[in-house]
Amino acid sequence: MLNFVARRLLAILPVLLAVSLLTFLIASLLPGDLAMVILGDQATPENVAALRHDMGLDQPLWWRYLSWLGHVLQGDLGRSFRTGQTVLQAVGERIPVSLELMLMAEFIGLLIGVPLAIACAARAGGAFDRFMTGSAFAMLSMPSFLLAILLIYLFAVELHWLPATGYVPFTEEPLANLRFFVLPALTLALAEWPGIMRVLRSDMIATLQEDYIALAKAKGLKPSRILFVHALKPSSLTLVTVTGINIGRLLGGTLIVESIFALPGIGRLLVGAIYTRDLVILQGVVLLVACGFVIVNFIVDMLYAVLDPRIRHGHA
Amino acid sequence: MTPPLLTITDVAVELPTPRGILRAVDDVDLSLQAGRTLGIVGESGCGKTMLSRAILQLLPKKAKLSGRVMFDGQDLVQLAPESLRRLRARDLAVVFQDPMTSLNPVLTIGTQLMETLQEHLELDTPAARKRSIELLAAVGIPAPEQRLAQYPHQCSGGMRQRIAIAIALSCEPKLLIADEPTTALDVTIQAQILDLLAREQRRRHMAMIIITHDLGVVAGRADEVAVMYAGRVVERAPTPMLFKRMHMPYTEALLAAIPKLETAPHTPLPAISGRPPDPTRPLKGCSFAPRCRYATSRCREAKPELTSAEMADHLYACFHPIKMAEGIGA
Repeated sequence: MLNFVARRLLAILPVLLAVSLLTFLIASLLPGDLAMVILGDQATPENVAALRHDMGLDQPLWWRYLSWLGHVLQGDLGRSFRTGQTVLQAVGERIPVSLELMLMAEFIGLLIGVPLAIACAARAGGAFDRFMTGSAFAMLSMPSFLLAILLIYLFAVELHWLPATGYVPFTEEPLANLRFFVLPALTLALAEWPGIMRVLRSDMIATLQEDYIALAKAKGLKPSRILFVHALKPSSLTLVTVTGINIGRLLGGTLIVESIFALPGIGRLLVGAIYTRDLVILQGVVLLVACGFVIVNFIVDMLYAVLDPRIRHGHA
Repeated sequence: MTPPLLTITDVAVELPTPRGILRAVDDVDLSLQAGRTLGIVGESGCGKTMLSRAILQLLPKKAKLSGRVMFDGQDLVQLAPESLRRLRARDLAVVFQDPMTSLNPVLTIGTQLMETLQEHLELDTPAARKRSIELLAAVGIPAPEQRLAQYPHQCSGGMRQRIAIAIALSCEPKLLIADEPTTALDVTIQAQILDLLAREQRRRHMAMIIITHDLGVVAGRADEVAVMYAGRVVERAPTPMLFKRMHMPYTEALLAAIPKLETAPHTPLPAISGRPPDPTRPLKGCSFAPRCRYATSRCREAKPELTSAEMADHLYACFHPIKMAEGIGA
């Protein structure tokens, strides 16, 4: 097992290096000169040249990459020229919002998707299964902004149960904070559960055909034990993969939902940085989000090993 | 004589297929006394596995089962799911063909043994653990205590089949159905597994049904043999009687198709020519007639019933039973 973890960790290093190179290139190769952006239209060529020299922009690309990487490795991702905030400060302010949104959305999505998938697979082809498969398909084809507006209309405008938009930090008013997150998390979860359900349902149906399920029945085990212990565990590998990808995606921010519900998350930070050509923030945030994605995938790999002993022992 | 432990009457299994209804088991009657062994023999597709699944009530959902399966005084076909579940493992157990697929790959061997014990015998965890170790030792697994924490993929095929047998025996069933228990195993392991099953059966006074395509497997081990062809039982007799004087040309052909040591090398095996009839298109006459060297026009017109002539317990379904003199040499 330790060997397995070490091998996976070692495999991450080149991925992270590639990620850092790509992020740096994206920011550096974007059209527009950072010095010109900072100084504005009125700047003289001499001023621009002087600033370029100060910022090291006149150095060759590979040298700039290495010096940036050197700083990153020491924990210095740079500072916004606009707000003076460091990348870590800016992300530190926004990440709790995105993290909370992600956790709530995934939790609700799994809470809806997993039981439905099990119920459908247990009676595959039945009336309930056909109805849910159809509903999932309808749900998948609904865009999130439409869902958001419908939810706001129903729960905020008509029923007055929940606030439509806004945010307070959890540390200040925990209950109000949670209330602000219900609708945006629900919007995301409603887009998540159909995928979760479909993936788990088809894997469960395949598993339920296995000989070992027939043997579990022949052993006279309770139907619930057959479904939850004998069938769910070997069926959940794809589910874990899909959940990992979802989490990674939500970590990178959800611009539409953050915008509609006025949540200060990573998505809005990124788009703001793009609009204002705040390249230091842009490349710093993209790098951190990409690292987050890599870490989530590492956790997914570890979960595979927990779920399937054959992977743990290097048999599959 | 005590009533039989298992009596199946008019059991038929129909499966819907894209090509029409497939009658996999066609009005089979069988019975088995407690503590006795019945061998069911036939080639692939003859319905022997479907018959075993019908007895076990483990048919695929789409399959239609008719007839009666009287087990220990109850009709399993009519039994409520919960009563059936309580009867499984304690009274009725099974060993499947392929030990590579019949054990759950993500649960430890200990879990798979102990869950059965805890479900049916209400043992606490230490007691179930102790009993599991005893069971593994009984089926010939070395270092049984270490095995409990292992997963199926860490064991060899023969080992896994021994574990599957330990699971089947765990609640002391009255009837064990072994569905081709050695087909997926190495030849060297096959005899060991069959001997293990026979030994445990005698020790526990358990009834057993061995399903196989190999007459050699049942030869020394079954009290009675039923030969199946195209979903029907075509010959049924106590084992010594069957091998001494078989009446059904199919049984004869099946026996002739087993390679013998004394045959000179490169002699072609007397395989049964042709193929079994399409089970979705039943024949009017005897289903073996197209492949039978004794068949006459009568065989193609009418289906012979399973009857007995001189010996009451030797049943066969043939208009032209083989006479002793023409016997085995075919």
